[in-house]
Amino acid sequence: MTAVLEIAGLQKTYRSRKGVRRALDGFDMTVEAGQVHGFLGPNGSGKTTTLRTLLGLIRPNGGRMAILGREVPESLPDVAGQVGAIVESPQFFGNFTAQDTLSLLADAGGVRKERVFAVLELVGLRDRAKDRVKTYSLGMKQRLAVASALLKEPKLLILDEPANGLDPGGIREMRTLMRNLAESGMTVVLSSHILGEIQLICDSVTIISAGRRVAAGSVADVLRSNTSSAVKVSLEPGVDMRGAIELLRANGAQVTVEHDHFMVGNAGNPAQITRILAEREIYVSELTPVSADLESVFLQLTGTAPVEGQNRQVDQTAAAAPASGGWGQ
Amino acid sequence: MSLYSAETRRLTKRRFTKLFLLGVTLILAAVAVGMFFTNEKVGPEQIASAQAQAQQDYQRSLEQFQKDMADCQAAQGTAQASNWPPGCEGMVEPTIDNFQTQWYMPPTFNFRENFGDMVTTLAALLALVAFIVGASFVGAEWSSGGMMNLLLWRPQRLRVLGIKLAALLVFFTALTVVFSAIWTGLFYLIAQARGTTDGMTSGAWQSIALMELRGLALVIVAGAVGFGLASLGRHTAMALGVTIGAVIVFQFGLGTVLAMADVKFAEAYLIPIWMIAWMNKEVKIEDYNSCDFNSATGCVPDALTLTWPMAGGILAGVFVLIVVASMWTMRSRDVT
Ligand SMILES: Nc1ncnc2c1ncn2[C@@H]1O[C@H](COP(=O)(O)OP(=O)(O)OP(=O)(O)O)[C@@H](O)[C@H]1O
Ligand SMILES: [Mg+2]
Repeated sequence: MTAVLEIAGLQKTYRSRKGVRRALDGFDMTVEAGQVHGFLGPNGSGKTTTLRTLLGLIRPNGGRMAILGREVPESLPDVAGQVGAIVESPQFFGNFTAQDTLSLLADAGGVRKERVFAVLELVGLRDRAKDRVKTYSLGMKQRLAVASALLKEPKLLILDEPANGLDPGGIREMRTLMRNLAESGMTVVLSSHILGEIQLICDSVTIISAGRRVAAGSVADVLRSNTSSAVKVSLEPGVDMRGAIELLRANGAQVTVEHDHFMVGNAGNPAQITRILAEREIYVSELTPVSADLESVFLQLTGTAPVEGQNRQVDQTAAAAPASGGWGQ
Repeated sequence: MSLYSAETRRLTKRRFTKLFLLGVTLILAAVAVGMFFTNEKVGPEQIASAQAQAQQDYQRSLEQFQKDMADCQAAQGTAQASNWPPGCEGMVEPTIDNFQTQWYMPPTFNFRENFGDMVTTLAALLALVAFIVGASFVGAEWSSGGMMNLLLWRPQRLRVLGIKLAALLVFFTALTVVFSAIWTGLFYLIAQARGTTDGMTSGAWQSIALMELRGLALVIVAGAVGFGLASLGRHTAMALGVTIGAVIVFQFGLGTVLAMADVKFAEAYLIPIWMIAWMNKEVKIEDYNSCDFNSATGCVPDALTLTWPMAGGILAGVFVLIVVASMWTMRSRDVT
């Protein structure tokens, strides 16, 4: 597989009168052809900055980037025709209709006029195409933005929070659309905060935190390598749970007691649990690995899980403790 | 070329553009209608009436004088003498020269003499519209995020801004040419109906054409300056704000300060005088506080003549400065 998008060591520091802000700090990212790639990170972690830099809207302070094998920003004019993008809810001139807006873009980019109607149909705006954009709802504007990105039939589609403001039906349609586009050979890069959505449609993800990559790879890999390897253990009814827990703790297990079962946090090798307990003739009735979802992995990796009694501020991350599955291996 | 036609389409589709063009058309129509009705054709009848009027006023004034003279002389030696000049001297007898026929003529539109002011009016109005429309054309694009969208499609910044500016200037050039042609034709007709078109030699036509050309240059510079300022500030309000600020500072503030400081030729620091110099080819400012004594002519005030090449130099300088500055910042700025 070939990389459609490569970013290495990207640096960006915003300078203003109020001081400097390091938005990207040696960020790396690779997206393979034909994939739907999720780009995740907490607010202010640098997602939009990365995409803006990639698209030549802002100038990086260092690092290299390539789209479709061509170095950007140098070759951006050559590849721009194959890259469709929306960056953080684009605004359109409010007094033009959706159709005018798109047809002006099509003119500027040398795209056939028929595409305008095709994409309006695709995003479900056909019947409202002659209304002024000013009169659109948030989700309708977002649909228009997606339509503008699809207008040139790109090879690489970059969508910064496309689901922002979409209704549940719209989100599901967007999901199907992404899948269909990917099947037709398009590569899609998708930034979103709706992790359930990402987990459903993405082949691979990159997670960014404070301007650096903290995880990357296929969704399954990221989940596997960051799962806390916890297992849920239930014993036969009537068996002394306390004794079993003390036994396991004595062997170094991290046990949390729940109502009618307990969890072993660091069970790298669950067989160890059954062996220790079986030696004392305690038999388990249930031993389930707790599969972490993308959300908890995300919260753990970016250190942005809510803490009881605290208001977490943006840019504030708890030091992400590396997941370890040490015990019992 | 596709980008150029898209930009022209965007410009003419905007309601702002349409509104201002409609407004300027209405104002121009009002001026033309006003000129039509306040002027009238001068024939033998009007001349005769003016002569009669002049004669009548002269007679009345003469009678008044004679009556006053008689009263004055009668009053000599009595207590009333103090109401009159001593010895009735200094009472001037009116002459027929004080009542020239031409002052009694109704206003009439002499194409050769009066059309110049109309050209200036047209150029000034169109320049104002070009400035505002130019500023809003790019300013609205910046502030609405449309510029960012466009740059995603065409990541060549200088080209995008340059083509936008070119579309604006070409549009206003065409507009000014068409409006000038109609304006000239209209006033030629008005002059025929309500005045005279005498003396329109080919030289006179040529000078009108050149004046209209200078008007076109004024419109183009105004459009480019509005566009450039709005692009620099990324907002229409910026261009308008800067201009209003400049106008206030220049016209009122600077004018007052210079007058208080007794600066020679203070008017030369003000904008309108340069516009007049540009349109009328030259303008002479005199310093009445000075005296250049000469035995033949007496006291002649110092004078400064502003000529159109000087004004043209300033226009070109402003044009280049603002366009280059806006291109320069466009090249390197972060678009967020
Ligand atoms: N124009 C700017 N000037 C100064 N700082 C900026 C600018 N744009 C972004 N930043 C800063 O850069 C950092 C990254 O911002 P960015 O917009 O890339 O975040 P993001 O990952 O897209 O967040 P979100 O999920 O909220 O969209 C933030 O700290 C932000 O404050
Ligand atoms: Mg963002």
